Amino acid sequence: MEKLRRTMLFVPGNNPGMLRDAHIYGADSIMIDLEDSVSVNEKDAARLLVYHALKTMDYGKTEVLVRVNALNTPYGREDYEAIVRAKPDAIRMPKTETAQDVVDADALMTKIEQDAGMEVGTVKLFAAIESAKGVLNAQQIATASSRLIGIALGAEDFVTDLKTNRSPEGIELLTARSLILFAARAAGIDAVDTVFSNVNDEEGFANEVKLIKQLGFDGKSIINPRQIETVHRLYTPTPEETAKAARILEASEEAAKRGSGVVSLNGKMIDKPVVTRAQRVLALADAVKARVE
Amino acid sequence: MKQLTIQSTGIAGTLESSDISITIEQNEDKGIEIQLKSTVENLFGEQIKKVIRETLEDMGVNDALVRANDKGALDCTIQARVTSAVSRATQTPCYPWEVK
Repeated sequence: MEKLRRTMLFVPGNNPGMLRDAHIYGADSIMIDLEDSVSVNEKDAARLLVYHALKTMDYGKTEVLVRVNALNTPYGREDYEAIVRAKPDAIRMPKTETAQDVVDADALMTKIEQDAGMEVGTVKLFAAIESAKGVLNAQQIATASSRLIGIALGAEDFVTDLKTNRSPEGIELLTARSLILFAARAAGIDAVDTVFSNVNDEEGFANEVKLIKQLGFDGKSIINPRQIETVHRLYTPTPEETAKAARILEASEEAAKRGSGVVSLNGKMIDKPVVTRAQRVLALADAVKARVE
Repeated sequence: MKQLTIQSTGIAGTLESSDISITIEQNEDKGIEIQLKSTVENLFGEQIKKVIRETLEDMGVNDALVRANDKGALDCTIQARVTSAVSRATQTPCYPWEVK
């Protein structure tokens, strides 16, 4: 079954009410945050709160990630110690700059899993890339660990690093988005886009979702449950798209029976890449159906 | 099991909905004493005190005065806030996975 990551909802890690309710809005993934949304005076309390919440809560079909503090901060190592033991689906690494960052996190997680008597590789990794250096190293980052299930762009830090800011059109992010996407596809992992901070600009948000979907991203990090519906609507195949994909597969199967690799449907050539795209549409539609049920 | 002595005050948690504010002070040789205020006291007061007491006992705390102001926290939140408060009062990092 295709893994859905259309929406990855940020949840502040030191807020018990939000931790309790994070999955009820229907995001495909929730990303509980111990990093930027937690003040330095509350890092210890947030870490314990998330540890106990994950040990207790049943988030159902929702994928659970925890964004930890980086290993080069005073909080990173203890975050990993606590969170790996609490067994979320994955840890999201912030500010990943080199393949070595991923290798170091992987090695630490392996040691913690062994110490805790867990199977090595239980907790996966998701790397956020938030600097020019990180973007240029995206290919090495994406292949640095078998735990890695995806990479994401963190645009706020990235544009600051570039000495620019975010524009409505996002031209300043185009190269980073493309390089991150290429790295993810070459490595066979997922690519998730950055947040859109202005929750009240629904049109701007929808335009950005259309753009990143067209680029090829699997989904988007989001900061408010209100943004879920727009992303899911734009990412879910329409009945027309699903029907067309089914017709393509049907025509392709008939051609295969006749021993032909290429077939025409309504005057358009149907060859292998077209069939692969149709299969992806149906896989996505099936995954959405299974998510809703 | 390791014993923890509360010698200074530790505070954790907030007064936001679904949270619990925990203040832990020393209570030398007087055992665990809990002063609870809760929005759900009639229904869950005893359960909240039980969770606080068990969390302290699991950490090796035998004497403590606990002031708790609960706003409808789940048991896991109570455990986390008590652990944080003890950790801050003793200035010792407390890891739940090493407790038992």
